[in-house]
Amino acid sequence: MTATTVGPALLHAGLNLDHASREEAAQVQSDVFGFWVFLMSDAVVFALLFALFGTSLEATAGGPDLAGVVKLGPAFIETMLLLASSFSFGMGSVMLKRGAKPRLMKHFRPAVLWLALTWVLGVAFLGMEVNDFATMAREGATPDRSFFLSAFSVLVGTHGMHVLIGIIWMPVLLLQLAAGGLDRPLKVNMIRLSLFWHFLDIVWIAIFSVVYLQGALR
Amino acid sequence: MNDPSFTTFLFGQLSWGALPFVRAWRDPNISEIIGAGAGAIVVLGAFGAIALITYLRAWKFLWTEWFTSLDHKKIGIMYVVLAGIMLSRALIEAVLIRTQQAVAINAPGYVQPEHFAQLFTTHGSIMIFFMAMPFLTGLMNYVVPMQIGARDMAFPYLNSVGFWLTVAGAGLMMVSLAVGQFSTGGWSGYPPYTELNFSGGPGPDYWIWAVTLSSLGSSTVGINIACTIYKFRAPGMTFFRLPLFCWTSLCTAILMIFAMPPLTVATLLLAADRYAGMHFFTDDGGGNMMNYVNLFWLFGHPEVYIVVLPAFGVYSEVISAFSSKELYGYKSLIIATMAIAILSFTVWLHHFFTMGQSASVNAAFGIATMTIGIPTGVKIYDWILTMFRGEVRFTPSMVLSLAFMVTFVLGGFTGIILATPPLDYMMHNTLFLVAHFHNMLIPGTLYGLLAGYMFWFPKAFGFRLNEGWGWISAGCWISGFYLAFFPLYVLGASGMARRTQQVFDPAFRPWLLIALFGAFLLLTALITLFVQLYVSIRDRHANAVPVGDPWDARGLEWSVSAPPPEWNFATIPHVGDRDAFYWRKRAGGAYRPADHYRDIELPRNTACGVIIGIAAAALCFGLVWRIWWMAVLFGFLVVATVIIRSFMRDVTRTIPAAEVEEADRRWLAQAHAARPVPREQEQSGLNQGRAKIFPQPTAKHA
Repeated sequence: MTATTVGPALLHAGLNLDHASREEAAQVQSDVFGFWVFLMSDAVVFALLFALFGTSLEATAGGPDLAGVVKLGPAFIETMLLLASSFSFGMGSVMLKRGAKPRLMKHFRPAVLWLALTWVLGVAFLGMEVNDFATMAREGATPDRSFFLSAFSVLVGTHGMHVLIGIIWMPVLLLQLAAGGLDRPLKVNMIRLSLFWHFLDIVWIAIFSVVYLQGALR
Repeated sequence: MNDPSFTTFLFGQLSWGALPFVRAWRDPNISEIIGAGAGAIVVLGAFGAIALITYLRAWKFLWTEWFTSLDHKKIGIMYVVLAGIMLSRALIEAVLIRTQQAVAINAPGYVQPEHFAQLFTTHGSIMIFFMAMPFLTGLMNYVVPMQIGARDMAFPYLNSVGFWLTVAGAGLMMVSLAVGQFSTGGWSGYPPYTELNFSGGPGPDYWIWAVTLSSLGSSTVGINIACTIYKFRAPGMTFFRLPLFCWTSLCTAILMIFAMPPLTVATLLLAADRYAGMHFFTDDGGGNMMNYVNLFWLFGHPEVYIVVLPAFGVYSEVISAFSSKELYGYKSLIIATMAIAILSFTVWLHHFFTMGQSASVNAAFGIATMTIGIPTGVKIYDWILTMFRGEVRFTPSMVLSLAFMVTFVLGGFTGIILATPPLDYMMHNTLFLVAHFHNMLIPGTLYGLLAGYMFWFPKAFGFRLNEGWGWISAGCWISGFYLAFFPLYVLGASGMARRTQQVFDPAFRPWLLIALFGAFLLLTALITLFVQLYVSIRDRHANAVPVGDPWDARGLEWSVSAPPPEWNFATIPHVGDRDAFYWRKRAGGAYRPADHYRDIELPRNTACGVIIGIAAAALCFGLVWRIWWMAVLFGFLVVATVIIRSFMRDVTRTIPAAEVEEADRRWLAQAHAARPVPREQEQSGLNQGRAKIFPQPTAKHA
């Protein structure tokens, strides 16, 4: 933070602080930084679940193994849905950044549309994932079958739970946008949600590579 | 109404037999009666507290001034109060444990095995999660923002949520005394013993949810403290000017950020096993309990340093202040702290050398473990050299610090023994281990937290604690520790296993009796601590130090009134050096009014933290007893509160400049009217919180 700047530096993509005071800018910086730290902590959770998954591959207790439960086709579509949702969230962020200025209110509409698209894609992803689990359950591959299936379900399921949180979070923020306009707390929360959403994308890429591709190659 | 399925829906697995009073009625033996007595104390204590608060008509005051407050100072104090309550319970349990072992030599003793196992499980879980953690969190909460020249934490609301989650966990621990039983699986809750097959009751579930709540609370604390130190330091407060307590708090915060997730994962996966029939750590289905052990100690070893490092910070502050010398080797202390923080992630395996890894893996972790002794040794030398040629005053805080240095080094030696895998094979699971970790954690954490409590108490409340009772208490803590735990080294080396409810070797009797005597001394220490508090509150007017600097101390926290104004600093200080306030006093820059006062924005009180805490406790209670409607309802309440809070915009209030100025000038008038006291009169009634400044030949700014 340089003491001389009155206007805001664009420190985070999509964050347009307009004419924030120095204290305000510092507060926003900290608000966003704190969320980065939280994500780091959350990443540790996923790292541990990946490690457990790695140790579970042989522990099938005579039940289905990785090759048996992985279906690459749906997983590929899910990946595309999630990647597309990240792209659309990015577009939404760009629109919101411009929309921060009152005279550019017209950008709000596309921003909301992009975010709505993100939400639809997220719901579609989650729906497919639930369907995957339902299919597995029909084939007898339930989490209580073996350590491997427990680890598989919890790793993929924890990611799914995170997506669910994002899906609840997004309409909450859109409601706030409708209720009070794009004020500073909402901007911060939008940035946090976008970080969260992109973070989930990265985790999914890891899941796709470690779980699904590995299963397909086995 | 008497339809069993409806009753099950309403009450889950809760039944009359869950109440210890009913159990004691049905089967009146001494073990059950003790259980019922403990439950009765909780129930009566809770009702007594409610009745007292109602009688004093203090509900509104507590609610508006404390429970809903987002002030980091008040949250800090509430954390310490919570720690005090939990310390009392866990210490009484420790005395019960020692009594049982001392009397149960070729005899059944007075508590049954099941009950004894609950005692050592709750003792350990409480001491770590609900005594040490809240205590150190409270100190960090109170002190860190003041030391770095900030007005609050980075996330005041999150601070409140974290505190109330911890309270919720502690509440579950307390409720388990009166409803149902607690886990018998030890504070580390190892499966497969804690799985449904072997521990079917609600015990391990209580443990899981209490620890999970505490773990989530601590994660928020870590994020909050780290962000506060990274982002809200006063101008000029560079990293190498931070007081050492801030450095150790920062390292602790970083450890919390990385080490709490493994605990959360471990407890939640254990819950997945117990609730959803999964097979992470079970005997069958390919489950592997070693995964749990690794996860738990990936948390557990950094945890040791989470509880020790803040105490190291306290010692650095106390020793420097009461030696009237700059810390010796400031940068080496920082490097040592950082080194310890990083090394703490590389040694977790030494908690289970005996679990079948190869000898070379054990050797690697043994060496890594011994390496931690090096930075720790650096610190000890730095503290000794800080005292060297200093003007040392033997206040109770200082006495505890000195006792720490000697005792902790002894514990370090026995740690080296345990870090050697072949020797560990001999000592593992004996009382030697119990003696060792108490030897690290009592001086390394408890003495430090108590020293910090006595050191900063006058700052927080505006009057000094009674030194006489402080010395008595410190003496009891110190001698009590030696008597209670050094016999355990002998017993452990002679082969007495830990956690045994009965002892079969009469040769152990004398040592067990000495240890029992030590345990009673420690209980006396706790009682004298409360006596000290009572006496000090009684004599508060005689011992008032309103000017706020009773020890001629060094950090910015001493540069404001005691107790500090809600906004901490009338103007944010500019920092030009390490030990900012010490040199400012000597340069004649202290106790000056600001050039101009400004409006100050502070977080407004909110009930959301309390609601989330209570709802989380109810959610977990529902989960423990499988009362699903309760779990769903209160889970929904937690989520709803979080969402509703996110809609609130009017979350700050402004203190007008005039009010700030008036308070500041009132305090300054007090400061100028106060008679400065020289160091030798610090512990007398003459001390009003303004130190007499002597010229210092070595002063940097002379």
